[in-house]
Amino acid sequence: MTAGVVAWILLLAVAAYACGGGVDYGAGFWDLVAGGTERGERPRWLIDHAMEPVWEVNNVWLIFVFILMWTGFPVFFEAVFSAMWLPLALAAVGLVLRGAGFALRKPTTRLARRRIYGAVFAVSSLLTPFFLGAAVGGVASGRAAPGVTASADVWANTTSIIAGLLAVAATAFLGAVFLTADARRFDAPDLERYFRLRSWFALVVVGILALIGLATTHKHTSYVYHGLTHGLGLLLVLLSLAAALATAWLVAGRRAGWARFTSVAAVALVIAAWGTAQRPYLVPTSLTVQQAAGATRTLQWLMLVTAIAIVLVGPALFLLYRLDTRGLLEAQTDADVEGGASRPGTSPL
Amino acid sequence: MNTLTALLASSPAQEAPARQLMAFTLGTHILIVPLGVALPFITLVMHHRALRKNDPVALLLARRWSAVMAVQFAVGIVTGTVLSFEFGLLWPKMMGTWGDVFGLGFGVEAWAFFLEAVLIAIYLYGWRRLKPWTHFWLAVPLPFAALMGAFGIIGANSWMNTPQGFTLDASGKPMNVSVQQAVFTPMFGPEYWHFVAAMFLTAGYVVAGIYAVGWLRGRRDRYHKLGFTVPFTVAAILTPVQFFLGDNIARQIYHKQPEKFAAAEIVWNTGTHVPEYLFGRLESDGSVKGGLKIPDLDSFLAGFSANTQVTGLTSVPAADRPTAAEATLVHWTFDIMATIGSVLILLALWYAVYWLWRRDLPKTRWFFRCAALAGVASVITVECGWITTEVGRQPWIVYQYMRVSDAVTPTKAGSLWTMFGIVVVVYVLVFGAFVGVVRMMSRRWRRVDQGHVPPPGEGPETDTPYGPRPEPAAVAPGASGSGGSSGSSALRPDHGPRPSKGGTE
Ligand code: HDD
Ligand code: HEM
Ligand code: HEM
Repeated sequence: MTAGVVAWILLLAVAAYACGGGVDYGAGFWDLVAGGTERGERPRWLIDHAMEPVWEVNNVWLIFVFILMWTGFPVFFEAVFSAMWLPLALAAVGLVLRGAGFALRKPTTRLARRRIYGAVFAVSSLLTPFFLGAAVGGVASGRAAPGVTASADVWANTTSIIAGLLAVAATAFLGAVFLTADARRFDAPDLERYFRLRSWFALVVVGILALIGLATTHKHTSYVYHGLTHGLGLLLVLLSLAAALATAWLVAGRRAGWARFTSVAAVALVIAAWGTAQRPYLVPTSLTVQQAAGATRTLQWLMLVTAIAIVLVGPALFLLYRLDTRGLLEAQTDADVEGGASRPGTSPL
Repeated sequence: MNTLTALLASSPAQEAPARQLMAFTLGTHILIVPLGVALPFITLVMHHRALRKNDPVALLLARRWSAVMAVQFAVGIVTGTVLSFEFGLLWPKMMGTWGDVFGLGFGVEAWAFFLEAVLIAIYLYGWRRLKPWTHFWLAVPLPFAALMGAFGIIGANSWMNTPQGFTLDASGKPMNVSVQQAVFTPMFGPEYWHFVAAMFLTAGYVVAGIYAVGWLRGRRDRYHKLGFTVPFTVAAILTPVQFFLGDNIARQIYHKQPEKFAAAEIVWNTGTHVPEYLFGRLESDGSVKGGLKIPDLDSFLAGFSANTQVTGLTSVPAADRPTAAEATLVHWTFDIMATIGSVLILLALWYAVYWLWRRDLPKTRWFFRCAALAGVASVITVECGWITTEVGRQPWIVYQYMRVSDAVTPTKAGSLWTMFGIVVVVYVLVFGAFVGVVRMMSRRWRRVDQGHVPPPGEGPETDTPYGPRPEPAAVAPGASGSGGSSGSSALRPDHGPRPSKGGTE
């Protein structure tokens, strides 16, 4: 019972990271494909400004996922990290490059250097979700079973690769939808058109990949496949589909802001469907939630810690997004930190 | 290195690269941590002064520090995230076996980081638009969030040093977990306070050291004086406190982890009237080469009497204690830490006495030379402290319950060495870029302070870093092309620099 609740919290954290982090990765993806310096300048500029205040926050969701895994389901953590060693190691390297590239690009003034940081940021925005997706694919297809050690076929198989590509496409979709809404907020109709087209395109790619995935990986993932095509799992998949279509419709209209919610719902519902489909397993069909669960006491405390987190972090997060959307958060300009006012020997401007 | 070769004979091939990688990534993360924990606090002290006294110099300092904070926080996050991957990538068996016993501390840490990330975002991006005092108060929880984060990390680390809060079942699996006991382990209190003081002290000396260098180069304005005084005062107050906390933690180790204490003091055989060695090298036959020997002192320090019995390394089988080379390393790092800690007290005293006497900073250049060195020295001290803690615990990953060699990943050594190589390269680049960016920011500021206003449009994208939030006008379709989001922000009336927070609002 407790273990079940914690498993759902874990799934929720995964969904939060997929959505929050996904928007971020998506922005990086569009940065990558925005074209040369001249052509890509305007989309890049929007991407920079849209991502600014929140990327660190999104990253913490991932840490939360890990902590829930190793505290709540230690055996599961051990199994996943042993079997999925390579994709996870590469994802870790990708994360470093991404965060550093993004953060260092901002205060760098020399164009050549900014290009390098920008390129590093963009490329790693593509690779990181791919490898994380591949690891998830390994879990869903049951390959990350306890006792399996790292080897190529554990993750370099169709399921994992399709899952990795799906992750990239989904982040591109989320990113494009959010950027469309941001373009609208900043009143830039050309960029709005630009990203609207791209959100449709990404959505189509997601759809195609999902179909390929279902068709080709049927055999390996039969347990999850069955869950996704029957009962509650199927219902969630259909809801997700509806949310995705609603997004496609919303970005076209004046209400692009709402598309953000439906796109997040589309992704979150797929993840919920995946979780439902592999009940009662963490790794189908070798490790159940009950088998992997840590001590009951710890799980109860973990729920308490989560509750405190919600009480404390929730309002802070709400405040952040609110201040941000009301335009109260704004980076300091060079002029601010150069402070004409207090320059020794000069008078305030 | 030779520490490891000695061990390798009996341990899996993956252990060496795994340990190297863990030590390297932790060692670099720790470089950033003092600023991460304490820079918000020091900045807030400065910020408060700026608002209360309506002091534009203090405000400028606070703003600049927060610009540095933005970059430093990002580097701290990415290096920290790597560490959490490594728990799984390098030590899966440790987490698989003990995760539910001690992992919860990280849960506390996670929401503390969450809060910290949110609050820092608000603080960093709130300078321009929030009301001055609202902005300040929104950041006040930051130092507390940092302390909570430290609580989680140190909780986990002290558990590894003195594990408790569980019993073992027949198959050696932990059961009957008691979370309270697992969090509040015997080493937790001493370690936590020693760590927190170290972080504030180090950040204080590092920041002050930067202005001390400026002072030595002849920049003796109020800006440098204030930039020096505030952080240095914080650090100087903590220095004697830290000495007592350090003494306390050493005595706790004497009781709770006697082999670690023996390694730190290179005590071979258990006995009374144990001499203290300053530096020196422990040989594998138990003799000590070099070093300065002070009779009876070690016994005296451990229990205030020369008759105090001190446990030696040979009290446990060779396989259960650090090797001679490891013990020597621990001994050296411990001695360096204690030496620097003591020397810093002299520096703090110098400052305090002069201040009480003259109400001013000491005039001599030597003081500022020492102050500049103190920044570097305290960072070295922190590294030394962690090496003492971690290497002194060897060969255990969970003291007396699990060996490092039993926790290591089954992944092939070759993959780990490759990963190690990649990580080193990436970290060198990231840290190099980080230092480069911070230096570039400071050079820019200095040029401006000296009256050279940089040309507004150095490159097509100059205004984007710390650029204004896009305004409709800035995005107007015509504005694309080079220099897209308008010219220099400084030239735009609605975004011009504001003299002071209190002024125009
Ligand atoms: C600027 C920082 C600083 C200063 C001045 C000192 N230390 Fe320290 N010390 C640390 C920074 C530090 C640290 C890096 O923060 C450590 C590593 C683990 C910890 O909790 O704190 C540490 C650990 C540490 C340990 C190992 C604890 C363990 O294994 O759990 C001992 C025995 C001491 N210290 C003792 C001292 C003594 C006797 C000092 C005398 C002046 C001293 N420290 C000054
Ligand atoms: C309280 C002060 C510290 C701060 C602010 C800090 C910063 C961070 C950050 C931002 C993360 C990444 C987690 C995330 O993204 O939310 C992290 C993780 C980590 N840090 Fe630090 N760090 C601190 C102290 C330390 C110290 C002193 C060490 C050890 C030498 C350390 C070791 C680790 C480890 C092992 C992790 C991974 C554990 C996890 O993910 O929960 N941290 N740290
Ligand atoms: C969260 C708290 C932790 C802190 C603060 C910490 C800190 C450190 C430091 C500073 C070092 C030595 C760096 C050096 O030699 O230059 C180190 C080494 C090491 N740590 Fe820890 N560590 C922590 C957690 C862990 C965990 C969770 C593991 C394993 C699961 C671990 C295993 C090791 C190992 C194996 C070494 C190598 C020791 C050697 O080089 O001889 N540590 N750690």
